[in-house]
Amino acid sequence: MSAALLAPEADDDRPLLTVSGLTKYYGERPGCLDVGFDLHPGEVLAIVGESGSGKSTLLSLLACRLAPTRGTIRYRMRNGAMRDVMSLTEAERRLLMRTDWGFVHQDAAQGLRMRVSAGANVGERLMALGQRHYGDIRAQAKDWLQRVEIDTDRIDDPPRSFSGGMRQRLQIARNLVTAPRLVLMDEPTGGLDVSVQARLLDLLRGLVADLGLAVVIVTHDLAVARLVSHRLMVMRQGSVIETGLTDQVLDDPREPYTQLLVSSVLQV
Amino acid sequence: MNAPAASGYNFAYLDEQTKRMIRRAILKAIAIPGYQVPFASREMPMPYGWGTGGVQVTASIIGEDDVLKVIDQGSDDTTNAVSIRKFFEKTTGVATTTATGEATIIQTRHRIPEAPLTEGQVLVYQVPIPEPLRFLEPRETETRTMHALEEYGLMHVKLYEDIARHGHIATSYDYPVMVAGRYLMDPSPTPKFDNPKMHRSAALQLFGAGREKRIYAIPPYTDVVSLDFEDHPFEVNRFDTPCALCGASGVYLDEVVLDDRGRRMFVCSDTDHCETRRADGHRGADGDATP
Ligand SMILES: Nc1ncnc2c1ncn2[C@@H]1O[C@H](COP(=O)(O)OP(=O)(O)OP(=O)(O)O)[C@@H](O)[C@H]1O
Ligand SMILES: [Mg+2]
Ligand SMILES: [Zn+2]
Repeated sequence: MSAALLAPEADDDRPLLTVSGLTKYYGERPGCLDVGFDLHPGEVLAIVGESGSGKSTLLSLLACRLAPTRGTIRYRMRNGAMRDVMSLTEAERRLLMRTDWGFVHQDAAQGLRMRVSAGANVGERLMALGQRHYGDIRAQAKDWLQRVEIDTDRIDDPPRSFSGGMRQRLQIARNLVTAPRLVLMDEPTGGLDVSVQARLLDLLRGLVADLGLAVVIVTHDLAVARLVSHRLMVMRQGSVIETGLTDQVLDDPREPYTQLLVSSVLQV
Repeated sequence: MNAPAASGYNFAYLDEQTKRMIRRAILKAIAIPGYQVPFASREMPMPYGWGTGGVQVTASIIGEDDVLKVIDQGSDDTTNAVSIRKFFEKTTGVATTTATGEATIIQTRHRIPEAPLTEGQVLVYQVPIPEPLRFLEPRETETRTMHALEEYGLMHVKLYEDIARHGHIATSYDYPVMVAGRYLMDPSPTPKFDNPKMHRSAALQLFGAGREKRIYAIPPYTDVVSLDFEDHPFEVNRFDTPCALCGASGVYLDEVVLDDRGRRMFVCSDTDHCETRRADGHRGADGDATP
């Protein structure tokens, strides 16, 4: 089944995230230029492009880790109100990021607390939200370890003792435990073996569909994009040069640059 | 203020300008209970780890009429306690005491005296590591933001780890507390046995960290609540037997070895408390032994 067919029903046509005119200059050098898109609940958007095209810059802007030179990011809060993310107070923004949003790093060590147990890694957001019942927190952590296919026997082990694929799955569990509606991912399968990648992508696809997550996923791997995303944005030198349904863009690329990207994959 | 007789130092060693600077930090700390106020910690004629933070706080608040008590592990006689007491005798000439009730300033490294403190007394703690979140978040900028935004979930991550590893909250020193319902604070390195004594104490409690250049405070009658989980509530250590010398129960006991055949007994860690009780005629099971 193609990913496009998994696109959510249009039962809610209001976007979850509306980005417009998003621009970042590093001094004179453009990092990303005039990027705009809407993302709907349950929708997976992949951002592809060659190295240096601005993918990570865009994701950092979305995650408010980087201040844009221009542009706006508006998000529909759980109460239905559209808010300019950058006009939130720091306290509001941090709360949003650790409850309703998730961020999966390419390097799991950046997204996990490597010195504390898997259970504590998953439980951290719950404790941050004020949960104070150890047994309940542990039960939820166990449940999430199961959902990301980590043996619950490992609940008290630190992620240090985990393989690369397990760490990535733990990172996902740690993010999803608060039932976020939006997850940003920067090359979540980068650096993993092909078979480990495939398992992770499968899992990801399942979770996204089950939970109705909206995802922005950065990848330089068109196969990853095809497998998990509904829509695709192709970036080049900081700008979005082509966008559309993933299968359409990959099967029938309009831009010469995209054609080149696609044909270079096919040659492999 | 005058220099004491027979000393080349300013009263209490520090110059008046430095003392004013430290007093301003103390006042700010009292105004924001539990908040760590940065201060320009000075070199003291003793190494860090010997209580330079506490010594600077004491030096800044002590006056000629004060009576000073210094304890380390509840005892007035350890090397550390003796050398700090001598330091102040030499640089201020103030009266010193071992009797908790007679002291106006008590400087301590670990324990809080067993006898309830009273209004007008000041307890000065020597603190090695003031930041309770350091264990899990080494970045100072991040811990500051966490304090500013009251994001303290991370502290429970540490307690969670304790329970996961040991089946209960094994932290028995540096047990984190919330002060006045707002700031997370590390009573380092006080045993958690003494945490309840901080709660609504009549005395002013001042904390000085020399190496880390921080001062914080608990004003009298402030709420101090130890963190815990609903299903793992905060508990103080209980001792099975009373003090072997004075028969006190509900006090913090130290184990002392009596002879080379391994005979041992448990006695009050607060030596003044024990001596006072014995002077009042209380006796424990080994009441006539000398520890
Ligand atoms: N911190 C920075 N300072 C200056 N220039 C930067 C910085 N980060 C990125 N750039 C520049 O911005 C542009 C976009 O970089 P970005 O890291 O967003 O690309 P990318 O698409 O994520 O690349 P890759 O696939 O290699 O991760 C590049 O020209 C890069 O050199
Ligand atoms: Mg990148
Ligand atoms: Zn005793």
